[in-house]
Amino acid sequence: MELEAAQALGQYAGAGLAAIGSGLAAIGVGNVAGNFLSGALRNPSAANAQTATLFIGIAFAEALGIFAFLVSLLLMFAI
Amino acid sequence: MELETGIEMAEEVHTEGALDAHAGGPDHGEGGLSFHPMDQFIVRPIFGENGDPVHWYTVTNATVWMALAVLCVLGLFVLGTRGRAIVPGRIQSIAELAYGFVYKMVEDVTGRDAVKFFPYIFTLFLFILFANTLALLPMSFSTTSHIAVTAVLALAVFLTVTIVGFVKNGTAFLGLFWVSSAPLVLRPILAVIELISYFVRPVSHSIRLAGNIMAGHAVLKVFAGFAAIAAIAPVSILAITAIYGLEVLVAFIQAYVFTILTCVYLKDALHPSH
Repeated sequence: MELEAAQALGQYAGAGLAAIGSGLAAIGVGNVAGNFLSGALRNPSAANAQTATLFIGIAFAEALGIFAFLVSLLLMFAI
Repeated sequence: MELETGIEMAEEVHTEGALDAHAGGPDHGEGGLSFHPMDQFIVRPIFGENGDPVHWYTVTNATVWMALAVLCVLGLFVLGTRGRAIVPGRIQSIAELAYGFVYKMVEDVTGRDAVKFFPYIFTLFLFILFANTLALLPMSFSTTSHIAVTAVLALAVFLTVTIVGFVKNGTAFLGLFWVSSAPLVLRPILAVIELISYFVRPVSHSIRLAGNIMAGHAVLKVFAGFAAIAAIAPVSILAITAIYGLEVLVAFIQAYVFTILTCVYLKDALHPSH
């Protein structure tokens, strides 16, 4: 295989593999939201005070998925 | 000026990407979309030709939409606070609602002594909210999808937090990295981890906003490209409608998340207890 073709193949395959990270981050975000919901249904009166914590947790779980998305974008457009 | 040069760099990257995609386009035959989903993020000069060089003083679509966001914030609060009615009208209600929402967030998350940073946090929230929302208008330009824009916002927060932390606590601010509740053997390892996580903050803070907005708009454009194919046009138009609704939600939630994380970081600077 030519070097350029191999490079392009690796670039696109790497971008696709990096996109898996976005799906894994979705599992994390779902975990946070699901656990919040199960806690909130047990004690609805305490739920409102914890929405800020919910969003902070979601933001931190999501950040790593966004990093994976960024890696795939860099592979596709910047290299 | 820092902002504009950053956009210039982002423009080069995006233009190159778009050109690459176009160069590779015809080879794929009929399967490709009629336009590239990332074309919407290209920074273009408003006056003059498309390929003109972009300097820091050039009026581009990015600067125009940022200025519009600032004008919208100004308009909302100049009109909203002019009447000072006891029974508020529509615009005054919105202004009061936004003010109360962010004020309560700062008070709850950061504490009462952080209220003197409220104007800064409120400005950040409103600018990001309006920039995100204006980006959802058809034919508009999404300024917050550019890492150059969000990186400046996040770096400003990072520098503010670091400077406030050292001014307020002196060298005791370094106690943030020295976890005194952990066993002594673990503390140096934890200090390294804490240090890394502290310096990754501006990166994740900026990329979270830019990545979310960019991904959402790219998905909208991908489905818009599918709408040109007759067989799947109804499905893709339904999908665009649904995703647009989601994007309205995301525009607000990302502004909220950016603001609340600023509050959390500021809390670390004001009360660095571990």
